[in-house]
Amino acid sequence: MNARDGSPVRFRFDGREYTGQAGDTLAAALIANGVALVARSFKYHRPRGIMAAGVEEPSALVTVGEGGRREPNTRATDVFLYEGLVAESQNRWPSLAFDLGAINGLLSPLIPAGFYYKTFFGPPKRWLRYEHFIRKAAGMGAPPTAADPDAYAHRAAFCDVLVVGAGPAGLAAAVSAAEAGRRVMLVEQDCRIGGALLREDVAIDGIAGHDWSARAAARIRALGGRILMRATATGYWDHNLVTVIERRAEPGAVPPVDQPAQVLWKVRAGEVILATGAIERPLAFSGNDRPGVMLAQAARTYARRYGVKPGRRAVIATAHDDGYRTAFALADAGVEVAAVLDSRDNPQGTLVAAARGRFAVHTGAVPLAAKRSGDRVGALVADLGGRQQTFAADLVAVSGGVTPVVHLHKQAGGELVWDAGMEAFLPGASRQANRSIGAAAGGHSLAAILAESWAAGGGPARNFAVTDPLGDAAAPQAAPPPGAVAPGKSFVDFQNDVTLADVDLAWREGYRSVEHLKRYTTLGMATDQGKTSNMAALSRLAQAQGVEIPAAGLTTFRPPYTPATLGAFAGGAVGDHAAPIRRLPLYDKHEALGAVWQPVGYWRRPRGYPRPGEALGEASLREARMVRSAVGLVDVSTLATFAVSGPDAALLLELVCATGVAKLAEGRGRYTFMLREDGFVMDDGTVWRTAPARYLLTSSTGGSDRMAQRLSYVRNVLRPDLRVSVANLQEHFAAIAVAGPRAADLLAELTGAPPPRHMSCDSGAIGGTAVTILAASYSGERAFEVYAPADAIGPVWDALFAGASARDGGAYGLDAMDALRVEKGHVVVGAEVDGRSTPADLALAGMVRKAGGFTGWQGLTRPALADPSGRRQLVGLESLDGPIPEGGMLVPAPGQEPQGHVTTAAPRVAQAGWIGLALVVDGASRHGDELLAWSPTRRQQTRVRLSASHFYDAEGARYRD
Amino acid sequence: MLLIACPHCGPRAQEEFSYERTTDSVVTTEAAPDAAMTALFTRENPRGVAEEIWRHTYGCRGWMVFRRDRISHAISDIRPLGPEPLA
Amino acid sequence: MSGGRYSALALLRGALGGQQHWGRAWRSPEPAPSYDVVIIGGGGHGLATAYYLAKVHGIRRVAVVERSWIGGGNTGRNTTIVRSNYRQPQLQRMLDHSLKLWESLSDELNYNVMFSPRGALFLGHSDADMTRLAERGDALVAQGIDAELMDRAAVAKLIPLLDMSPDVHWPVQGGLMQWRGGTARHDAVAWGFARAADRLGVDIIENCEVTGYVRDGERVTGVTTTRGTIAASKVAICVAGNSGHVAGLAGLRLPIESHTLQAYVTEAVKPMIDTVIMSQSLHCYISQSDKGGIVAGGDPDFFPSYAQRGQPLRLEDAIAQALALVPALSRLRMVRCWAGVTDMSFDGSPIIGDTPMDGLYLNGGWCYGGFKATPGSGWLYAHHLATGKPHDLAAPFDLARFAEGRTIDEAGVGPMPQHR
Repeated sequence: MNARDGSPVRFRFDGREYTGQAGDTLAAALIANGVALVARSFKYHRPRGIMAAGVEEPSALVTVGEGGRREPNTRATDVFLYEGLVAESQNRWPSLAFDLGAINGLLSPLIPAGFYYKTFFGPPKRWLRYEHFIRKAAGMGAPPTAADPDAYAHRAAFCDVLVVGAGPAGLAAAVSAAEAGRRVMLVEQDCRIGGALLREDVAIDGIAGHDWSARAAARIRALGGRILMRATATGYWDHNLVTVIERRAEPGAVPPVDQPAQVLWKVRAGEVILATGAIERPLAFSGNDRPGVMLAQAARTYARRYGVKPGRRAVIATAHDDGYRTAFALADAGVEVAAVLDSRDNPQGTLVAAARGRFAVHTGAVPLAAKRSGDRVGALVADLGGRQQTFAADLVAVSGGVTPVVHLHKQAGGELVWDAGMEAFLPGASRQANRSIGAAAGGHSLAAILAESWAAGGGPARNFAVTDPLGDAAAPQAAPPPGAVAPGKSFVDFQNDVTLADVDLAWREGYRSVEHLKRYTTLGMATDQGKTSNMAALSRLAQAQGVEIPAAGLTTFRPPYTPATLGAFAGGAVGDHAAPIRRLPLYDKHEALGAVWQPVGYWRRPRGYPRPGEALGEASLREARMVRSAVGLVDVSTLATFAVSGPDAALLLELVCATGVAKLAEGRGRYTFMLREDGFVMDDGTVWRTAPARYLLTSSTGGSDRMAQRLSYVRNVLRPDLRVSVANLQEHFAAIAVAGPRAADLLAELTGAPPPRHMSCDSGAIGGTAVTILAASYSGERAFEVYAPADAIGPVWDALFAGASARDGGAYGLDAMDALRVEKGHVVVGAEVDGRSTPADLALAGMVRKAGGFTGWQGLTRPALADPSGRRQLVGLESLDGPIPEGGMLVPAPGQEPQGHVTTAAPRVAQAGWIGLALVVDGASRHGDELLAWSPTRRQQTRVRLSASHFYDAEGARYRD
Repeated sequence: MLLIACPHCGPRAQEEFSYERTTDSVVTTEAAPDAAMTALFTRENPRGVAEEIWRHTYGCRGWMVFRRDRISHAISDIRPLGPEPLA
Repeated sequence: MSGGRYSALALLRGALGGQQHWGRAWRSPEPAPSYDVVIIGGGGHGLATAYYLAKVHGIRRVAVVERSWIGGGNTGRNTTIVRSNYRQPQLQRMLDHSLKLWESLSDELNYNVMFSPRGALFLGHSDADMTRLAERGDALVAQGIDAELMDRAAVAKLIPLLDMSPDVHWPVQGGLMQWRGGTARHDAVAWGFARAADRLGVDIIENCEVTGYVRDGERVTGVTTTRGTIAASKVAICVAGNSGHVAGLAGLRLPIESHTLQAYVTEAVKPMIDTVIMSQSLHCYISQSDKGGIVAGGDPDFFPSYAQRGQPLRLEDAIAQALALVPALSRLRMVRCWAGVTDMSFDGSPIIGDTPMDGLYLNGGWCYGGFKATPGSGWLYAHHLATGKPHDLAAPFDLARFAEGRTIDEAGVGPMPQHR
C-alpha cells in the first residue's frame, strides 16, 4: 500500500536542498533522505529526531517558511511537502550538529525541575539581569517579525451530525448518517482520508483499506455531505459548537489564489461523533529521546503509507500486541528486525505466534537504555528477565499502549472512565450531544469498530467483513510500570525535557496534585500539550502515591486540541477590517473642507479645518471666534436621537430623566440629564415636545448605545404597561448645529420664516429638504440644531454653508466646539460627567425633580451622595499665567496631595488667556482660591484661580432673541 | 458560544444578545431607597441556576427572561418581556 | 518543618546527590479541631494572609482550607501582570503598597517568584487618550508612584514590533509607562507563600471544601468542611471568583457577580516583546513569559458564569486586538486558552474587611485585577484579622461603601459588571 505516488518535490532543510515526493510530510521526506537529527530540545538542547507520524510529535519542531509566512515550532510530521518548502532547525547555535547550548545537558544535575525557584535571589533588578539570559535561552523558534501577508476567514456551518476524524470509524459513521438522510459534515486533520487504514494492510468487504476509504468519501459527498480536509476540530464549546480550523495552505506556503491561508469554521451540530483515534505512548528508558527511537505505529506509517524506511535495523519494544504489527510492516518494507522485546511475561495469541516464527521474540523484556551512535541511536540495552542484553539497531520502535484521544469529549464537559485493562481513560457520559467511537472510545477490533460506528451514524445494523492477514487486533494493553531508572535521562515530556527524575523530585517536594506536578515540572505544557507524556507522568505519580491512576487525578484538556494560528482566530478582523468606521453622512463635505479627523468611538468627526499653513490649534481658535462674531456650522449627527411618542411618552421620559418633562409645552425644549440607578450622572442632552404626544430626546454621542439600552429597558422591562413607543433615530437623522450672532438671520433667510426662539422647536424646509429645527445653544451664542434625514442632508449643508460663508462664517470642528462650551461652562460626558459625579457635583442639583420618581433618585439619597462636603465639585479655572495642562492635578504645590484635577482646558475665545473646568474637593465654596495645575509627566505647571464655571455671558443674553 | 432561543426569532448565537441583570435586581422607581439599593447591589449570584434578563440587542431588540445554569450554561423557561403586541 | 533553605549553593550541593535532599515545600497536615483564624481559600491572597498573620502579627494557629489544590483558582489562571498605575488614589495607594511588597518578595519568602519589573505600558491611540494617560500619570506622580509619559518615537523604539502606521484604526500615539510594573510567576507566588507560611506553623489543608459555617447565635465560630468541623475565632473568606457562593453559605449576598475571563498563551518563541503592553481602547494586554510564550487576554465574557471555560468570541476579539497592535503575532500558534471566574464587584474595586456577621470576614471582589494585589491584599487582610480594625490603606474598601455611596469606581461604570 505504497501511497507515495506523487511527483518529486524539492525542499530545503537547514540550507541543504533535498527532494521528496508529493504527499510526503516533511518528516517522511527527511527520513527518506536519511536525515535523523532534526531538532534540539528545549532545555538541555538534546539532539532530537522524528518520534511520531502525526500531530502528537513532541520532538521534531522546525521553522517553516520565509518572511511574513515564517512559522516557528512547526511539527515536521504535520506539514506536507510543497515545492520550495524551506525548513530550518531551531534552538541551536551555531549549528544543529554542533550546538553550544548542549552544555545545559552537562549542567543538568544543577538545573532540575523548578531550579529557578530556589536561586537568583536579590533585588528585582538583579533578577531582571539573570532573566535576560534565561529568556534568550528559552523559547524555541525565532519569532516572526514581518506582517502576515495572508488572509484568514471565518465561516459558520450547521449540520445534523459533525463527524470528527475520517478513519474507519468516522467514515463508517458518516456514510451511515448520510444514508439515513442526515446533514453530515466530516472533518479530518490529515490531507488524506483513511486514518489508521493508511498504515494497516487490511481489506474491508473485500476492498483494500485505502480504496474502501476513497469510496466512503465519495459516497458521503454524493449524498450531500461536506468533507473538510486538513481541518482540525480544535475546540468544543457550549451548546454543541465546535470550532474547526481548516488549512488551505500548508505552513509557510503561499495559499491558492483568492484563498485564505486558513478558515475557522464554527460548526453548530445537532450531534457530534468523535472518531478522533488514539495516540501511542512511548516507553520510559534512558535515552528514549534519541533520534531513531520512534513510536511503533509511526514506524509502521512511514513504512506503509510513505514507503520510506525509518531505519535499517530495528528493535521493537512493545507492551502489547500492536507492536508486533510494526515488526511485520518493517520486515515487509525491507528493514531488518533484530528483535521484538515484549514486556509481558507470557503473551499469547496468533499474532505473537506468527511473530515467533519470523522474529527473535523476547518476552518479559524491558528496554533500559538507548545507546548513541553518531547522530542517532546505535543500540538498545534491555533487561531480559534479569539478564541484560544489547541489541545493535538504528531504529527502536516503541509502543507503551495507546491513549484514546478524549480531548474534545472532555472539553464538552464529558466524564472519563478508567479502563484498567488498557490503562487508559475512555470517554464516559457526555454532557452535550456527542459520542465517541472507534479507537477514541477504546475500540481495537476493526470489524467491531465498523459495526458500532455504522450504528452510531444512525443506519440500520450491518456487519463488515474485515480481512487482516495478521488477524483481528487484540485489545491494546498497558505500558509496563516504569522500572528502576537507569543512569541517564528517561524523558517523559520530550518537548519540555521533563524526566522521570523530575517527576520524582516534584513528588518529594510535595507538588503532588497532578496540576502542581504539571506546573512545577512544566510537564504537558509544551506545544504538544502532553499528548505523549501525560499518561507516563500520571502513572509515575500514581506509583509514588501508591494509588491507581484515576485516583492520582487528571489535568484539564484545554482548547485548542493542536496549536492553532492566531491569525485564524482573528479572521477578517485585521487591518482595515479591525473595526468598523462610522462615517458621517456629510463625510465628503468635511473632507473637501480639509477636515482633520478625530476618532470618537467608531466615528470619525472633524476636529478642525486648518487652512494651508495653519496649525490645528490656530484653526480651532479662529473657528471658535468666528462663532462668537458671525456664524459657524458644526456637524452634530453623532448625537443620540430618540423619538418617544404615545399618550404615556412624558411618563416614560420622566422615568429616565432626572429633570421635569411633563410640564414642557408643545414646541418647547429643555436641557436634561439622566442618572444611573446608583444616583451618579450618566448622560445629558435635551428633550423637545415636537407634538402633543411626541418628544424628541437627544443625548451624548459616546453614551448613545447605553441610552438606547436604558430607554428600551425602562419601556420593556420596567413599564411594559405604558402606551408609548421609542424609536432610535440616530442613523435616520443627520444634524448640523448653526451657532453665532448671525445664525438666526441665516436660518430666517433659508427657511423663509422667523426661526424658533431659544429652547423652542419648529419644522421647516431648507434647500427643498424638510428639516426640524431645535433652538438650543451649546456655544453660548444664539444657535439651532437642524435635523434632516441622513440621505437628504447634503443640500441642507450646502445651503447653510453658502449662507454662513456670505456672513463671514463657515464650518467649525470639535476643538472649537469644546473651547466654546468650556467658556460657557457646559459639562460634557467623558470629562466632567465621569461616572463618579452627582448632579450637585456638577451644579445641576437645582434641576433635579424633588419628588423623585426617576431612575437613580434612590441612589442619590445615600449619605455620601447626599452630603456635599468632601465631594469633588465643578469649578472654573482661570489661568494666572500660561496654558493650563488638561488632566493636570490641582495641588497647592508640586508633590502635594491633589485636591482635584483639570477636566478640560482651552484657550479663551472671547478674549486672550486660558481657562478650564475642574472637579475640586469642596470646589463650590472655594471660588477665588489659587492652586497649581501641575502635570509632572509633561513638565508643565500653571497657577490657576478657582471660579464659577461660566466665563462668558453668564446671564444668557446672547442667545435670547 | 451559547445558543439562545429568542422567543421572537428562534435560536440565535449568543453574540446577538446582551445580558442585562438578574430578575431580582430590577429596581422600580417606586421602590424605597433602602430596598432599591439592596436590590441593585446585592443581587443573587448563585453557583447554579439564576433567573436572568437578556436582550436580543443585535437582532430583534426584544427582551426576554430565562433561567440559566451558571456552570453548565443550560437555558430553560425562556419567555418574552415587554408590552403585548398590538392586536 | 520541611525542606532546606533555597540557594544557589544548596542547588550545587544537590547536584552532587541527584537533588535528593529537598524536603516538602509544605506539609499536608490533618485539620486540627480549632484555630485562631481559618482562612477559606488557598489562593495567593489566602496564603499571603496566612503568612503575614504568622510573620507580622505572630498569629500562628492559622489554617488555610482549600477546596482543591492551592493556587488552582485565579492565582494560576491570570496573565501575571503586576502594576499599580491606576487612576483612583485609593487604588493607587493600596496597589503600590502591594507593588513594594513584590519588590522584596522573593527574598522575603526565600522562593523566587520571578517578579520582573520589565515595565507596564498603557498605549494611547489619540490626543484624547494621551491626555487621559497624562492625567493618570500626573495623579500617580502626585502619590509618589512612578509614571513616565512616552511619545510615539520612544514607544516605537521600546517595542519594535508594534504597528506604528498612522492610518490604522488605533494608531499608537504614545504611552504611559510604569517601569516598576511587570510580571511575576503566578504559581510560584502561591507556592512561595505556602512554603513560608508552613514554616511558621500555618496548616495548609488541601482537598478540604467548606460546606457551611458553625454559629453561636449571630456569631460565626467555625466552618464545616468535607474533612470535618473546624472551630475558629475568626473565619476569613478569601475565595475571589467564588465569593458569591461561599458568602452565600452564610446567607450573605454581596455586591459581586461572577464572570468568566479568558486568556491564552502561544507556543514559545525567542524574545519578541520585552514589556507588558496594555491598551484600554483595544481591551487587550500582552506580555511574553520567560519560557517564550506570548500571554494575552481581553474582555470578560459579558455575562455571569462560574464555569472555568470561556466563549470563543471573546477569545477571537482579544486576538484580533492583539494582532492590531503587533501584526507579527499572526503566525504564532495558540497552544492553550483557559478561563478564570472573576468576582466582579459593583464598583470594580475589591472588598476587604468586616461582614455583617461577627467573626466572619471578607476579602474578595478583585474583578480581573487580583493577581497584582496578592501580597498587599494578604498584608492588609492579615492586619484587619489580627487587630480587628482595617488598615488605613484598606479602610476605603469596606463592604458598607456600597450602601453608603462611597464606591471607588475606576471605570465610572456603576453597578453593571458586564460593562466594566
